[in-house]
Amino acid sequence: MTTTMAQALNAALRDALTEDDSVVVFGEDVGALGGVFRITDGLARDLGEDRCFDTPLAESGIVGFALGMAMNGFRPVVEMQFDAFAYPAFEQLVSHVAKMRNRTRGVVGVPMVIRVPYAGGIGGVEHHSDSSEAYYVHTPGLKVVTPATVADAYSLLREAITDPDPVVFLEPKKHYWSKAEVELPVTTAPIGTAEVRRRGGDATLVAYGPAVPVALEAAEAAVDDGWDLEVVDLRTLVPFDDETVTASVRRTGRCVVVQEAAGFAGVGAEVAARVQERCFHSLHAPVLRVSGFDIPYPPPIVEKHHLPGVDRVLDTVARLQWDDEPDRRHLTGVPA
Amino acid sequence: MTTQAQQHTDDVPPTVNGDAGTAASRLLPSATPIRFLDDAGGVAPAADHGAYESPPLELLLEAYRRMVVGRRFDAQATALTKQGRLAVYPSSHGQEACQIGSVLALRDTDWMFPTYRESMALIARGIDPVEALTLLRGDWHCGYDPVATRTAPQCTPLATQSPHAVGLAYAARRRGEDTVALVFVGDGGTSEGDFHEALNFAGVFKAPVVFLVQNNRYAISVPLAKQTAAPSLAYRGVGFGIRSEQVDGNDPVAVLSVLRHAVEAARAGEGPFLVEAHTYRIEAHTNADDASRYRDDAEVSAWAGRDPLNRLEAYLTATGVLSDEDIGAARQEAEAFAGRLRTRMNDDPDVDPRALFDHVYAEPTPQLREQREWLVEELAADKDDSGGEHQ
Repeated sequence: MTTTMAQALNAALRDALTEDDSVVVFGEDVGALGGVFRITDGLARDLGEDRCFDTPLAESGIVGFALGMAMNGFRPVVEMQFDAFAYPAFEQLVSHVAKMRNRTRGVVGVPMVIRVPYAGGIGGVEHHSDSSEAYYVHTPGLKVVTPATVADAYSLLREAITDPDPVVFLEPKKHYWSKAEVELPVTTAPIGTAEVRRRGGDATLVAYGPAVPVALEAAEAAVDDGWDLEVVDLRTLVPFDDETVTASVRRTGRCVVVQEAAGFAGVGAEVAARVQERCFHSLHAPVLRVSGFDIPYPPPIVEKHHLPGVDRVLDTVARLQWDDEPDRRHLTGVPA
Repeated sequence: MTTQAQQHTDDVPPTVNGDAGTAASRLLPSATPIRFLDDAGGVAPAADHGAYESPPLELLLEAYRRMVVGRRFDAQATALTKQGRLAVYPSSHGQEACQIGSVLALRDTDWMFPTYRESMALIARGIDPVEALTLLRGDWHCGYDPVATRTAPQCTPLATQSPHAVGLAYAARRRGEDTVALVFVGDGGTSEGDFHEALNFAGVFKAPVVFLVQNNRYAISVPLAKQTAAPSLAYRGVGFGIRSEQVDGNDPVAVLSVLRHAVEAARAGEGPFLVEAHTYRIEAHTNADDASRYRDDAEVSAWAGRDPLNRLEAYLTATGVLSDEDIGAARQEAEAFAGRLRTRMNDDPDVDPRALFDHVYAEPTPQLREQREWLVEELAADKDDSGGEHQ
C-alpha cells in the first residue's frame, strides 16, 4: 500500500508501544497534537496518555528525564521538535547519554531513542533546517541512524527502539511526505549496514538521509552523459559500514560523497578520508564532496542555492578526472 | 475593549493552578533555617524547629558514628592527594551533617544522585571506599556498581544529574514502587539550567525526588551573593510548585529531621521536595585550590565554631546517650577505617587499557575492534621496548 515516511514512523512507534510496555514516547506537543509533523498522531489517544505524553518545553530536561527512566527499566523515545531546538539537550547527550554505559563499565546502559527531524528544503525560517549530524557522530557512545526510504524509516526506528544503546534518529523532514509502496511491518537491513540503492560501474555516490534522493536522481540523469553511477545509502552513520562503501569504491574507482550539511569537518569529510585510506590504490581520481556551503542555513527564499542538487552532483562527477585532467578547482587558491 | 477584557477575566480563573497566594504559602520554606541545636550543640528554642520532630536518639547515635568515620575518611583522602595516590579530592569537611543525614534519611531501596563532593556520603552508604575514590584516583570514571548500590555515578557537570533523578523516580512510581531519589546540588549548581528544568519536571510529574541543596557558600571562589538575588535558595522551589524548606546544615538533628520528612513526603506521593541546607565548605574547593585568594580566615573560624560533629557530640553527651567510651570507640573505628584505606590505596590500580573499548557500546563497533587491535600492537611494542632496556 502507498505509505508516507511520516506514516511509517508513526506505525513504528505504535507497534513498538503495543509490543513492549517499557516503551514510552514523550516530548513537546507529541500528545493531543500528535507532534508538529504528526509523527505521533493518535498514539496518546489510542495507547494512553501514560504511553505518549507531553512534557514541559525544555529539551535538556526531556533528554535528562529520559535517561533517568532508561536507568530504571524504560525505553524512552523522545522527540526533539526540530534539529536546531535539540541543542539545549546537547550536554545531556554528550556528557551523560553517550557516556553512561562506559562510565559504569557496562552496568548502566541507557537504551533510548532521540528522534530529530533534521535538514532543510521545507521553506522553514531560521532554526528549522539544520543538518546537525556531525555533532552527534563525533560523540562516542551514540549511534546515529538516518533513514532515506519509507521502509527504512519503519524498520530502522523499530530496531533503534530495541537497541541496547542510545540512538540519535535523524529524520529527513523534507521526506516525511515521500511515498512508497510498502507493506508494514517491514524489516530491512539492520543498523550498521549501508545499502547499494543503484548499481553502477563508473563511480560511487555515497549519500545519506535527504541527500539519497538527490544522488539517485543525479545517477539517472548521468545516464545521458554516459556515466553509470552507483549509489550507496549509508543509513547508519555510527557504526559506519566501511565494508559496503569500500567494496563499492574499489569496484568503481571513483567516489563522490553527497551530503546536505555544510562540508567542513562534516560526515562527508570522514567518508572521503576513510575511502582514501582504504581504496587509495583503486582510485582513479581524488574523492570529492558535494555539500551545502559553510554558511548558517540560509533563509527559505534562497535555500535552493545552498542545497546540493542534481546539477551540483553532476558537475562534481564531471571533475573525477575522466580523461586524466587534474581537478582545476582544487588547484586554484593554493600558494605557488 | 474593556468589556471583552472583563469577560475574559470572568471566564478564566486568575491562575492555572488555583489561588496562587494560598498555594504559594504552602510551598514556601520557613523564614529562618530549621534548627534543633544552637551553635554550641545546646538545645535551641522549640520555635526554631516548628512542627518538625527530633529523630530517634538511636538514629542520631548512628549519625554521630558515621560522621566521625566520614570526617576521618575526608582527612585521609586529602592526605592521599599529597602522596600522589589521588588525582584530586574535593573535601566535604564541615558538611558531614548533610553527607550523613541524607544517607540515613533514605532506605536501601532509594536512590542517591551525588556530585563529586559526595565521597563521604558514598562511604556512609556502605560503598567500598576504594571504589568510591576510583573517579578521583583516576583509574575509571565510576568505581562502584550504581544498580547494586542504588547510587548514580558521581556527577561532575553541575546539576546535570538532576533530571536523571527525576526520570528515575518517576519511572519507579509508574511501576508502583515507593522508591525516592535524592539528588545533591550545591549553591553554584542551582544556577544551572538543568537544575531548574529538573525542578519543573519533578513538579509537573509529581516525581518522588528530594533536591538537597548544600549551600556551602562558595562555588569554587564565587560567593553566594554573586550566585543569586533570591532571599534563600529554598525559594527556588515555589516557582515550580515544589514544597521547600531551609535548614541549618550544620545541625545534624535538624538535617536528619527535615530530610526524613522530605523523603517520606515524597514517598507518600506528595510530590518533590526542595531542601536548602546552610552549611560551609571548611576546606578549599579541592586540594588544588587556594581559598585564601577569596575568603578570610575569620569567616572560616566563625563557621568552624558551628562544627556539625562537635554540635552533635555535645548534644548527645549532654543527653546522656553518648559516653567518653563511645566517643573513643567511634574514633578508633574511624582510625581503623582510615588505616585500611591507606593500605589499600598504596597498591597501584590495575587498569587494562584494552578495557577502554569494552563498554562504549553494548557491542564494540567494527571501528572500535580495529582500534583495540592497534592498541594491542602498541602495548606489545611498548613491552618489547622496555624489555630491550632491561637487557
